[in-house]
Amino acid sequence: MSSGDGGEVASAAAGPPTPLEWKFSQVFGERTAGEEVQEVDIISAIEFDKTGDHLATGDRGGRVVLFERTDMKEHGGSRRDLERMDYPVSRHPEFRYKTEFQSHEPEFDYLKSLEIEEKINKIRWCQMANGALFLLSTNDKTIKFWKVQEKKIKKVADINVDPSKAAGTGGIASSSVSSSPKPYLANGGCSDRPYSSLSNDLSFPPGGIPSLRLPVVTSSETSLVARCRRVYAHAHDYHINSISNNSDGETFISADDLRINLWNLEISNQSFNIVDVKPANMEDLTEVITSAEFHPTHCNMLAYSSSKGSIRLIDLRQSALCDSHSKLFEEQEAPGSRSFFTEIIASISDVKFARDGRYLLSRDYMTLKLWDINMDSGPVATFQVHEYLRPKLCDLYENDSIFDKFECCLSGDGLRVATGSYSNLFRVFGCAAGSTEATTLEASKNPMRRQVQTPSRPSRSLSSSITRVVRRGGESPGADANGNSFDFTTKLLHLAWHPSENSIACAAANSLYMYYA
Amino acid sequence: MSRADEPLYPIAVLIDELKNDDIQLRLNSIRRLSTIARALGEERTRKELIPFLSENNDDDDEVLLAMAEELGVFIPYVGGVEHAHVLLPPLETLCTVEETCVRDKAVESLCRIGSQMRESDLVDWFIPLVKRLAAGEWFTARVSACGLFHIAYSSAPDTLKTELRSIYSQLCQDDMPMVRRAAATNLGKFAATVEAAHLKTDIMSIFEDLTQDDQDSVRLLAVEGCAALGKLLEPQDCVAHILPVIVNFSQDKSWRVRYMVANQLYELCEAVGPEPTRTDLVPAYVRLLRDNEAEVRIAAAGKVTKFCRILNPELAVQHILPCVKELSSDSSQHVRSALASVIMGMAPVLGKDATIEQLLPIFLSLLKDEFPDVRLNIISKLDQVNQVIGIDLLSQSLLPAIVELAEDRHWRVRLAIIEYIPLLASQLGVGFFDDKLGALCMQWLQDKVYSIRDAAANNLKRLAEEFGPDWAMQHIVPQVLDMVNNPHYLYRMTVLRAISLLAPVMGAEITCSNLLPVIVTASKDRVPNIKFNVAKVLQSMIPIVDQSVVEKTIRPTLVELTEDPDVDVRFFANQALQSIDHVMMSS
Repeated sequence: MSSGDGGEVASAAAGPPTPLEWKFSQVFGERTAGEEVQEVDIISAIEFDKTGDHLATGDRGGRVVLFERTDMKEHGGSRRDLERMDYPVSRHPEFRYKTEFQSHEPEFDYLKSLEIEEKINKIRWCQMANGALFLLSTNDKTIKFWKVQEKKIKKVADINVDPSKAAGTGGIASSSVSSSPKPYLANGGCSDRPYSSLSNDLSFPPGGIPSLRLPVVTSSETSLVARCRRVYAHAHDYHINSISNNSDGETFISADDLRINLWNLEISNQSFNIVDVKPANMEDLTEVITSAEFHPTHCNMLAYSSSKGSIRLIDLRQSALCDSHSKLFEEQEAPGSRSFFTEIIASISDVKFARDGRYLLSRDYMTLKLWDINMDSGPVATFQVHEYLRPKLCDLYENDSIFDKFECCLSGDGLRVATGSYSNLFRVFGCAAGSTEATTLEASKNPMRRQVQTPSRPSRSLSSSITRVVRRGGESPGADANGNSFDFTTKLLHLAWHPSENSIACAAANSLYMYYA
Repeated sequence: MSRADEPLYPIAVLIDELKNDDIQLRLNSIRRLSTIARALGEERTRKELIPFLSENNDDDDEVLLAMAEELGVFIPYVGGVEHAHVLLPPLETLCTVEETCVRDKAVESLCRIGSQMRESDLVDWFIPLVKRLAAGEWFTARVSACGLFHIAYSSAPDTLKTELRSIYSQLCQDDMPMVRRAAATNLGKFAATVEAAHLKTDIMSIFEDLTQDDQDSVRLLAVEGCAALGKLLEPQDCVAHILPVIVNFSQDKSWRVRYMVANQLYELCEAVGPEPTRTDLVPAYVRLLRDNEAEVRIAAAGKVTKFCRILNPELAVQHILPCVKELSSDSSQHVRSALASVIMGMAPVLGKDATIEQLLPIFLSLLKDEFPDVRLNIISKLDQVNQVIGIDLLSQSLLPAIVELAEDRHWRVRLAIIEYIPLLASQLGVGFFDDKLGALCMQWLQDKVYSIRDAAANNLKRLAEEFGPDWAMQHIVPQVLDMVNNPHYLYRMTVLRAISLLAPVMGAEITCSNLLPVIVTASKDRVPNIKFNVAKVLQSMIPIVDQSVVEKTIRPTLVELTEDPDVDVRFFANQALQSIDHVMMSS
């Protein structure tokens, strides 16, 4: 990764880019003090589209909310005017609410006697076409393909058969609203639709019939309409944890605990199983798939991570069923460091390709690891996310927090990585050569409040009063020996980095916070 | 609308419903678009209806699909070929929608209209449309454009032709893989209209770019282009340009590309001629037959007969047959199954000696395959082998296997065998049949699966037809009648079924003397299901036997059944009695 493209500052010298100064940009669905969070409102997925002009979030209530970027559109044409007005030129991405729709509903599988939650597990944007947005959303079992488009609201203004007038002539016109047969035909016959008696050899005068008119349609306003175009169902026995589009623009994968299926976007009734790790005997099961993603440019390559901490790269060209990987990335554990928790915390919760496809980022419980796909001996960098929790693993295990699945993301230029932690904190690390950047931010209007520049020495200036207001219930905040407080219940699992700018969107319960630098 | 126009009322409603809220009604109206057009007249169709359709194109896909289809045959309604161009605008917008099937239909309709348009109109209207689509902002338009070049090209003047070729080559390098795929798919069609001189230069360089595309999905469509282009080029050009590509493709890293090659290879053999086939394509095909990926072997195995037909027999025996032997014991059942479905076709190609020596052992091993599909695929083509190796050898070597399959534990396999028994019987002849297969036919009547018992009964009928009533009287009827005392009612029912099928074949005399008494006895059965089936069988016998027998035997039995405690028995008995009365009345 070259450090030269790290912005104006870095281009001056060959050194690492200077740490970013993060500022609060926006918040959607901010909680007021003391407000209870509704379970259904909790955000469960965040995704920017490829251009960065749109952002989608999914929640536990099965809804998808779309946001669109506003700062570009307004000034796109008249940038020069704005400059003359001494408008601040260095704009940061700003979004506004665009629309929302109910993507999934709770269901009940009667055959397996299983409740299927409506919670959105993942959202992925697809190629835009004709000004309409397309995206895939999935819950545990069913993937849906959505089209969101501005539609003109049409009103039919002028028609041949005036309903009011025709009502007098024996209720003829009501045939266009009801389908009851009307005995109006000359031969006394009835028909469901008046024209069903029209035969094709009916003769018309050569010039046509002048009294017939086409309906006149007027359209005044437009509205955004989300329509479900396709449903990809019944292909997963286990819970879907990931979906990912292929760069070929026609296929995508969906991964559950044991299998990965390949779909064609246009064919919803069949999929191909490309990875199957289910052992013949389920008692032999030691490892499950936790996340999967296609390479951003090579349509034949995909990576999937496992609960044992390994990432496998597979090449779809090699064989139709890719049970054997072409590359395996895992870190050998240091001898002697093994404990009861070793295997649990090794489980990878998320894996992401960098935009150039050369690097892979993975998140396990304690660390972020950056891998070079050309080097399978070990990660090129490891970042400790919340090392201070290591003594507390026992507590975390008891309250199941140790199984929390944190996501991770990379900046568009590949120079930085980010991931979430507890107490609504998230961390940004510089991964360019020589960079020591490690910032801790809080998902609040004052993100730098909790900033810890040197991770080994936690800052003493810790707030308590405000966090306490935000925190629900009466759980006392855990605090380590250094007074570093943390709260298991407010975890920041989902976040996404804007594809081209230094802007991060992250979810704190039901609120969506946006930051820029 | 006034009362005077009332005959027009249906058409008025039809027009109004173009904009009805109910999609079904809109669909109906669109499907009757030609009626609307005729009612409006040609001029108003051109000036009002077509613009109306162009503006109202944000409808449901189903409606759009119907519209795209209707517009394709709309030339007569707009005033003939000289006005055909007015149909282009609505189809142009339909070419840009994101639903593939609508776009494809719009392209198809455009091609249909374009191929009827006058040359000058094509230049004035059609070619500009192709260029607009090819420069479209969204990939959907560009995808559609690829399918229109072959219509536009031939009528274009030279300067435009150059431009069209360069636009096509740009489409082949589009950023969107979807566009490149569409360009690759349509390359063959376009190339067929391009002059030979440009074919060798422009088109071949486009083709070479496509064959080196990063995306598998594009490369594998380029494979299809190989065969199409190969047929257009002179054999020596084909050998020079296409052959190396296909040989490369046959060793592509991606199994999907090799799979496409395996499917298409035999088509190329014809294009390149016998010598390059022998030196290059046979080795390539042999590699594909031995590919690591089962999917590729499946495709290659499925084409083995087609490929052998092109080769001379020595080459086939020398190169292909060893691979076929390996494939017959392939680890993948699907490969064996694909082989089994075509291998029979190799017999006529190889001739009798090679078939007996080399193919027969393979047939036999496939016939004993553990996977039922494989066995079934062999059996279904047995008649083809018979033509080559003759009945004696067939019966000697295949019969044991068939007998084994007749008792296969998969009922579908047994069913398939039963369906081939009459064919086998006709080829084996009576003597052979009695020895080996007669017992089996009876055994199937007592199968555990209903479909087999039913098929077995049908089989008896077809055998009786094949060998005649006398033979059946000796070899079938006694055994069947014996089974009527089977303790299980379902088997007794099978006997009834067999009797009702045999009766028409056996004729009145045997029916009265042998079959009818058994039925009458069965009418005293304790199981109601047997009794109402007796009523049904008796009804089916009415037309076969003599009037007196009906009155003397059938009617009394039925009358007795009408007093049965079971309602179904009474119902069918009454129905049969009615049918007797009906026959009496009509006679």
